[in-house]
Amino acid sequence: MKPQERLLVHHINRALTRIMGEDERVLMIGEDLLDPYGGAFKVTKGLSTQFPQRVHTTPISEAAIVGVATGAALRGMRPVCEIMFGDFLGLAFDQILNHATKYPLMYAQEVGCPITIRTPMGGRRGYGPTHSQSLEKFFVGIPGLEVTALHRFQPVEAFYRRAILQRDQPSLIIENKIMYGQEPLDTVARYGDFQVRRHGQDVVDAELSLTDFAHEEVTLITYGGMTDHCLEAARRLLLDEEIASNVLVLGRLSPVQLEATAAACARTGRVLIAEEGTGAWGIGSEWAAQLTDALWGKLKAPIQRVACTAPVLPNSRALEEQVLPSTDTIIQAVQTLMSRT
Amino acid sequence: MSQEQTEQFFRKLSFIRLFESHLLEQFSWGKLSGTTHTCIGQEANAVGITASMGRGDVVFSNHRCHGHYLAFTDDAFGLLAEIMGREEGVCRGWGGSQHLCRDGFYSNGIQGGIVANAVGAALAEKHAETGAVTTVFLGDGTLGEGLVYESMNLAALWSLPVLFVIEHNGYAQSTPTRLQLAGELEARPRAFGIPTLSLASNDADAVHAAVAPLFEQIRAGEGPRCFVSHTYRLGPHSKGDDHRDPAEIEARRTFDPIRLYRTKLPETRATEIEQANQNRLAEIVNRLAESEGS
Ligand SMILES: Cc1ncc(C[n+]2csc(CCOP(=O)(O)OP(=O)(O)O)c2C)c(N)n1
Ligand SMILES: [Mg+2]
Repeated sequence: MKPQERLLVHHINRALTRIMGEDERVLMIGEDLLDPYGGAFKVTKGLSTQFPQRVHTTPISEAAIVGVATGAALRGMRPVCEIMFGDFLGLAFDQILNHATKYPLMYAQEVGCPITIRTPMGGRRGYGPTHSQSLEKFFVGIPGLEVTALHRFQPVEAFYRRAILQRDQPSLIIENKIMYGQEPLDTVARYGDFQVRRHGQDVVDAELSLTDFAHEEVTLITYGGMTDHCLEAARRLLLDEEIASNVLVLGRLSPVQLEATAAACARTGRVLIAEEGTGAWGIGSEWAAQLTDALWGKLKAPIQRVACTAPVLPNSRALEEQVLPSTDTIIQAVQTLMSRT
Repeated sequence: MSQEQTEQFFRKLSFIRLFESHLLEQFSWGKLSGTTHTCIGQEANAVGITASMGRGDVVFSNHRCHGHYLAFTDDAFGLLAEIMGREEGVCRGWGGSQHLCRDGFYSNGIQGGIVANAVGAALAEKHAETGAVTTVFLGDGTLGEGLVYESMNLAALWSLPVLFVIEHNGYAQSTPTRLQLAGELEARPRAFGIPTLSLASNDADAVHAAVAPLFEQIRAGEGPRCFVSHTYRLGPHSKGDDHRDPAEIEARRTFDPIRLYRTKLPETRATEIEQANQNRLAEIVNRLAESEGS
C-alpha cells in the first residue's frame, strides 16, 4: 500500500468499492461523483470507473438526492447518498423526516427503506460559517433514523457494510473532515500510551485508558472529530495534574444506547461530554439526561459538557480555534468536575 | 372500447364516488376523525390512467389518493378500515386516509416529496429492467414546491420510466390558480424536455385514450412523459369548508365524470352496476361493524 493510501478516506473508498462489488443493489448518488474528480473529498474516487451504471452524479439537488434514493430503496435498491458537505443536509431535511424514515413507520413496517446518507461534518479547516458546522444534533431527534459517527478505532468496512447492506431502515453516517486525512486505528491495541478496548462489532464504541480501566477518576465521552482533543486532554491531565481519566469514543449517536457507557461512568462518578457542534439542545444534552438517570446516586458532580461556544464558525483559523472546544476547554471542565465533587 | 371495458370503467367510477360520499357522510355525523380529501369530480383520471397499468407498475399519490388507490388496487375494505383507524386497515391504522401502501402503491400527505420518490422508484425499476412504469399524481398547487423541478430534471436527464400526472383542478386548498401559478403550467415540464400532453376532459375514455400512448412510449424506453388534466374538484378541499362561488361549482356539474360516463351505458345496466356497488359497500361496512371490538 502506498503511504498516501493508508488514510481513512482510502479505507472508506475501498470499503465502498467492495460493497458495491458484492451487491448489485447498491447505488451511489451525489454531486460531482464521477472520475477523475471522484467526489469533493475523493471518497468515491474510482467507483464510477468500476461501476459506471451504478454511480449517479447529480445536479445540485440535495433534496432530490435523498428523495430519489428513498424511492429507489422502497423498490429494492440499497442507495448510498453523498451529501458533499454536512452543512447542505438541511436541504434534504424533509425527505429524511417525512419520507425516508416515515414510510416504514407509517406503513406499519410493511416496507423497508434502506438508504445510507454519508456526509462530512466539522471545522478546523478554515472553510467558514457554512462549510464547517457539526449539524448532527438536528438529525438525531428524527425517529427511525440511525445516526452514527465514524471514528478511527472503528472497523471501517464492517461499519459501512452494516449500514448499506444489513439494515432495512435509513442511516446517516457522520464523517469528520479532519479524520479523512488520518490513519485508521481499527486494529491497534495501543494508541500512543493509551490502551484501547472496543465494545461492539460493527458500530464500535472505543474505550481508551492511560492506566488500567479500573481506577480512573473521570470519564470523558465524545464522538467523531473531538476524539483527539479528549485524548490529548486525558494525557495532560495525567501528566500535569495526576488526574486519571478514561475516554469513551461512541460510534452511535441515535438511537441512544448508553448501557455500557453508563457502566463505565459508574466507575468514576465524574462525567464530561465533549462535542464540536453548539451545545444547547445538543448530543450531550440527551446523553447527560439519560446518564444522570442511569447513574443517579453514583454521580459525584453534575455532568459537564463542552461544545462550540459561538453561534457561527468564523472563517479565520485563529478565531475558529477560540470558539471550538479544545484540549484546554476540556481540561478546564474536568477541573470544574473535580472542584464540585 | 369493448362493452366489458365500458362497464368496468363505470363500475370503478361510480364506486369511487359512492365510497367517498360515504366518507363525507360519516365525517358529517362525527363517525370518522381526522381529515379526508375526496376526489369527487376528478374520478376520470384515477380510472382512465390506472387502466393502462399492469402488474409490477408503481404509483405514488398524494393527499387526494382514495380514487387512485381504489382504481389501482380495488382494495375498498383495506381502505375503509384504514380510514376508520382499524387494525384490518391496509396500514393497520397507522397511515390513515393519506398514507397508504400496498402492492406498489404509495401515498404521502406531504406535498411535492413523492415526486422525487417516484423518480427514484423509476430509477430502481430501470436498473432492475422490470419494464415497469412509475406514475406520480400531483396537484397544480404542488407545483409551488421546488423539489418537483429537481425531480423532473433528474427524470429527464436519466431518461427514467416515469409518468407525471398533474391534476389541475384550479385550486390549492382555498387558493385559486391566479394567486399561485405564474406563466403557463405546461411550459414547466416542457422546460426539462419532457413531452407533455394536456387534456380538458372528465370523460374517462378520453383520459384513457390520451394516456395509453404515453405509457407505451415510456415502456419503449423513451423516457418520462407528463400528462396535464384540466379538471375540477366538485367537492370540498377536505371535509366541509368551501368558499368557492356556488354558481361556479354548479356550472361544472355538467362535466361530472360519473354523469358523463353513465350515458354510455343503457339505463338498466347502469342502474344494475350502481346497485351492485351499493351492495358491495354495504357488505364492507357491515363486515367492519361486525368485527368492531372483536
Ligand atoms: C408540504 C405541504 N404543505 C402544505 C400542505 C397542506 N395542503 C394539503 S393539500 C394542499 C393543497 C394542494 O393543492 P394541489 O396540489 O392543487 O392539490 P389538490 O388539493 O387541488 O388536489 C395543501 C396546501 C401539505 N399537505 N404539504
Ligand atoms: Mg389543485
